[in-house]
Amino acid sequence: MNYFPDEVIEHVFDFVTSHKDRHSISLVCKSWFKIERYSRQNVFIGNCYAINPERLLRRFPCFKSLTLKGKPHFADFNLVPHGWGGFVQPWIEALARSRVGLEELRLKRMVVTDESLELLSRSFVNFKSLVLVSCEGFSTDGLASIASNCRHLQDLDLQENEIDDHRGQWLSCFPETYTSLVTLNFACLEGETNLVALERLVARSPNLRSLKLNRAVPLDALARLMACAPQIVDLGVGSYEDEQDSESCLKLQAAIRKCTSLRSLSGFLEAAPHCLSAFHPVCHNLTSLNLSYAAEIHGSHLIKLIEHCKKLQRIGDKGLEVVASTCKELQELRVFPTDLQGGGNTAVTEDGLVAISAGCPKLHSILYFCQQMTNAALITVAKNCPNFIRFRLCILEPHKPDHVTSQPLDEGFGAIVQACKNLKRLSVSGLLTDQVFLYIGMYATELEMLSIAFAGDTDKGMLYVLNGCKKMRKLEIRDSPFGDAALLADVNKYETMRSLWMSSCEVTLGGCKRLARKAPWLNVEIINENDNNRMEENGYEGRQKVDKLYLYRTVVGTRVDAPPFVWIL
Amino acid sequence: MDEFVNLKATELRLGLPGTNNVCEERVSCNSNSNKRALQADAENETETSPPRKAQIVGWPPVRSYRKNNIHTKKNESDLESQGIYVKVSMDGAPYLRKIDLSCYKGYSELLKALEMMFKFSVGEYSERDGYKGSDFVPTYEDKDGDWMLIGDVPWEMFVCNCKRLRIMKGSEAKCLGSGV
Repeated sequence: MNYFPDEVIEHVFDFVTSHKDRHSISLVCKSWFKIERYSRQNVFIGNCYAINPERLLRRFPCFKSLTLKGKPHFADFNLVPHGWGGFVQPWIEALARSRVGLEELRLKRMVVTDESLELLSRSFVNFKSLVLVSCEGFSTDGLASIASNCRHLQDLDLQENEIDDHRGQWLSCFPETYTSLVTLNFACLEGETNLVALERLVARSPNLRSLKLNRAVPLDALARLMACAPQIVDLGVGSYEDEQDSESCLKLQAAIRKCTSLRSLSGFLEAAPHCLSAFHPVCHNLTSLNLSYAAEIHGSHLIKLIEHCKKLQRIGDKGLEVVASTCKELQELRVFPTDLQGGGNTAVTEDGLVAISAGCPKLHSILYFCQQMTNAALITVAKNCPNFIRFRLCILEPHKPDHVTSQPLDEGFGAIVQACKNLKRLSVSGLLTDQVFLYIGMYATELEMLSIAFAGDTDKGMLYVLNGCKKMRKLEIRDSPFGDAALLADVNKYETMRSLWMSSCEVTLGGCKRLARKAPWLNVEIINENDNNRMEENGYEGRQKVDKLYLYRTVVGTRVDAPPFVWIL
Repeated sequence: MDEFVNLKATELRLGLPGTNNVCEERVSCNSNSNKRALQADAENETETSPPRKAQIVGWPPVRSYRKNNIHTKKNESDLESQGIYVKVSMDGAPYLRKIDLSCYKGYSELLKALEMMFKFSVGEYSERDGYKGSDFVPTYEDKDGDWMLIGDVPWEMFVCNCKRLRIMKGSEAKCLGSGV
C-alpha cells in the first residue's frame, strides 16, 4: 500500500466511512494519518467539551459534516440545570472564520440561538443539512434565516427541540425558486403553521422524501399535501382529528393510496382513532411505525392498524401481543408508559416482553417501560433473543423486586448479559444488588453505555463494572450507594471512556478533589444548584457529599463557559 | 403512655405494601434533598388506589418533551377545571405574576383582582377615551400578537384571545389611553 500514490490511497479510504474504522486507519502510519486527515469528510464529536473548534480544524481542515453532542444524557430527565453549557455559538463562529465548506451540521442536546442559526445560514454556501435533536434556545426566527439564506438546503430536521414559536412565517421565507427540499420535520413546533406556504413549498419540492408535520396541520391540509407529494417515504402526521367531514376523509384515502413509497409513519399528535383506517392500504409496506405520541389511540384501533403492518421493523406503541404475532421482521421496539405516575398502565408487564421476544426473532433494540418484571421472564427473553444490541428496561417503581419470588432481579439481567454477546447499551432497573454488576462486568464485554438507577449495595458493584467492561464509554449512575472508593480505584479507566455521571450517590467532595488532582486530563464538574448547599471551604468539606458529578476526558482543559453553579475542580 | 406506644407497634394494618412509606424512605435515602418532581404531574393525581409515591426528580426516565406532549392531551380536556393561566406583567415590577382568567366572570372582577395584586388603580373606562384618571392602563396581547386595550370586546371573546396581560404605566400608557 505504501507504494501507491496518495490519490489512490485516498480513493480507497473513501470507502471507509465508519468513524471507528477511520480512526484505526489514521493510527497505521504517519503517511496514512496525513492522508486520512485531509480526506476526512465526517467528524463526530461525542462531547463538545472534549475538544475545541481550533484543534478540530487543525486536524481536519476539509470536513463537510460535523456532529456535536452537548449535555449529558441525564439532561433529558431534568437532572442538569438550565444554563449548564453546550453552546454551539463558538463552534459556528470558528467554522465561519475558517474556510471549511460545511455542508451538514448535526447537534444533540446543545444550546442553539437565533444568532447561531443566522450565522450558520450566511457562512456556508453549500450548506445542505441541519439536524437538531433535543436542542433549545432558538425560535422560528432562526429557522427563517435558514430558510431564507441556505440556497441548497436539503434537510431541515427538528427532533424534539424546545423552540420558541413566533407563529408560522418562517415557511414563507423559502424563496419561490427553492426546490431542493428532501427532508422537512417540524413536528415539535407548537404554534400555528402557514398552511398556504407549506403547501406551496411541498408542491415545488419533487425530491421531498420525509415530511413530519406539527399539530397545527389539520386533516384536509394533510390530504392536499399528500396529493402533492405521492413520492413520500417517511410521513409524520400532525393533527388527525376527524371533523366529521367525509369528503376530507375520502380525499385523504385517495391521496394515501397513491403513496406507494411510504415506509415510515409517525406523529398522530392529536388523533381521532377511527381515521387510522385511512392508512390501512399502505400498512403492508410500512417498516417503521411510531405512535408514541398518539395518546388517544387505544386497543382495538391500534390492533387493527398493526395487523395490517406485516413488514414492520421499527415500532413504538402500546399493543404488544398483536405486534408479536404480526411483525416478524420487527427489529426495534419502544414501549412508553401512558401513566407516568406508575399507578395505572397494568397492561404492560413481563408477559408482553416475553411475547415479543418469542414472536420477533430479529429484535435487536428495545426500550421497555413496565410495572413489574420477573427473573424467569428475563431468562426466557434472553434465550429467545440473544441478538440484543440495546436492552433498556425501566420498571417504573424503584427497587421493585421480582413480583413472584420477591428476589432481586440480578439473575434475570445476568441472563441477558450472558446470552447477548453483542450488547452495546444496557439500562437496568428494579431491585438489584452488587451481584448484577458482577455479571455485567464478567459477561458484557462489548458494553459501551450503561445506565444505573437505584441499584447496588456497595462500592464493589461499581468496581465490577469499571474493571470488567473494557469497552465502556458512557456510564451514568443515579441514586446508588457508590462512593469514593469506587470512584478512585482506577483513575486511568476514565481516559478510556467518554464520560461518567454520578448523582445522588455517596461520592464526597474530598474524593472528587483527589480524583481531579490525580487526573489533570479530566474535567471533574460538580453541579450544585442549591446555593445553601455551597461547597465552601470548611472543616467538613472532605466528607460533604456531592449531589451531581460529571466527569469527562478532554484535551483542551477546563471549559470557560461554565455557569456559577458548576464547579470544575 | 407506654401502652399506647406498644399498641401502635402491634396494630394490624390492611394497607397495600408500600402504604407505610417504606418505598419513600428507600427512595429518599440516597438523595440529598427532598426534591419534588419539576413537572406538573402532581396535578394529574386522581383516584388511583395505590397511594401516591414520593415524586422523584427525573423519574421515570422519560424525556420532558415526551412528558409534556402526552400530558397536553389530558390537559386540554381538563381545560375548564384547570383554568386559563396567563402571565401578567407590570411595567417596573421585578417579576411577573400569573392569573387564572376562568376565575372571573367579567372585566370588573378581573380589574379589581389586578388592582389588588399590583397595588394600583386603573381609572374609569369609557369606549371613547379608554381609561382615564390613572397613570396605569391594562392591556393584553391577542392571538395576532397585537397589544389591545382591555375592555373593548365582549368578555368571552377576550378570554379566548388573550395570551398575556401587561399593565402599562406612564407616558406610554397615556398615548394608548387617550384614544389616539
